Amino acid sequence: MSTAKSIQIILARQLASCVAMPILLVDAVGTLIFYNEPAEALLNQRFEETGEIPADEWRELVAVEDEDRRPVLPEDRPMMVALLHRRSVSRAIWTRSGDSAWRHLQVTAFPLVGEGGQLHGVMNIFWEI
Amino acid sequence: MQVKLWGTRGSLATPGPDTARYGGNTSCVAVRGHEGTVLVLDAGTGIRGMGATIDAAVRRVDVLLTHLHMDHIQGLGFFAPLYRSDVEVNIWGPASTQLSLLARLMRYLSPPLFPVGLRELPCKLMLHEVPCGEVDIGEFRVTSALVCHPGPTVGYRLTEATGRVLTYLPDHEPALGARTFPSLPRAWISGGTLAAESDLLIHDSQYATHEYSARVGWGHSSFRHMLDFAALAEVKHLVPFHHDPDHSDADLDRLMAEAIDEANPPYRVTPGREGMTFDL
Repeated sequence: MSTAKSIQIILARQLASCVAMPILLVDAVGTLIFYNEPAEALLNQRFEETGEIPADEWRELVAVEDEDRRPVLPEDRPMMVALLHRRSVSRAIWTRSGDSAWRHLQVTAFPLVGEGGQLHGVMNIFWEI
Repeated sequence: MQVKLWGTRGSLATPGPDTARYGGNTSCVAVRGHEGTVLVLDAGTGIRGMGATIDAAVRRVDVLLTHLHMDHIQGLGFFAPLYRSDVEVNIWGPASTQLSLLARLMRYLSPPLFPVGLRELPCKLMLHEVPCGEVDIGEFRVTSALVCHPGPTVGYRLTEATGRVLTYLPDHEPALGARTFPSLPRAWISGGTLAAESDLLIHDSQYATHEYSARVGWGHSSFRHMLDFAALAEVKHLVPFHHDPDHSDADLDRLMAEAIDEANPPYRVTPGREGMTFDL
């Protein structure tokens, strides 16, 4: 069941729906609450079929390695850094979902902070390298 | 609660014979609870007449501002209780990320735009920044939430102890950015949760459906978007409000009737007219 969304999150989804870059949108507790059509290829799933995915579940779906092909710890992933430390992160990664091919991507994650410093979530944007 | 419309016009006060029936004053709605609490929604030019009706025995008034565009605050300096030393006036409204509510209001209520400064007012003035979740004001539980409109803008949901609900969204563009509207669940629509299952929804009706495409992003609804939003929210009664200054009484009669006829909404629709009252 979808819970009430803030206007910042609503507008972020609208933006993600209108651009060609893959975008993952998570809420303030890390639940994957939306991913756009370009991002469906990264996750090997369709949002219409999965709906929202809890944080611990969706992180298991995706393997992430750094430029030296070493696994990136969950707390060091850009989304988690943006969520936990409220700062933007941009780095190159290798990633794959399930048994799909590895993809070399640049990811930028930034927190959505509203009035009064309230954290609404994190937007993660990907570019092919 | 009793709800009275004191100003139904959007954007600019529009007096004159062509707008006399729907009214020319800008946004202001008075809400009086069963226990006597007085809430005023927005301070457009309609608030001047409303303020004159406040009884001498009243000691507290709460003015709930949705945002600080001129048509929602222009009447504030003419609100009689501000000049009574025996009244506590509580003004609720949004700050911006850079300025407090006080600083934002003082931009208007200070020279050269207005002769009397906020700090000079005789009343006991209290300012409260929204959105602030749920607060109790007298017999009302007031919920505020940011909604889609340029600049910090909130909508208000007033729930009386009787369980009756009024939602006020006078400036609202829920369809912004949507390829089709509505295509998402209520939780994903601006104002959707706030307005859910309201007994009375007072909602932006600025543009006729054919006018909207040239005004996307200006922060307002088309008639069709308003009607579809109200259906999604499952309201019982919709009051179209914040009429465009270019819409005469004759225009509103015709355009509103066409839109309602086309949408065939499953709830009651009463286009808002100045002076109209609703008992919930």
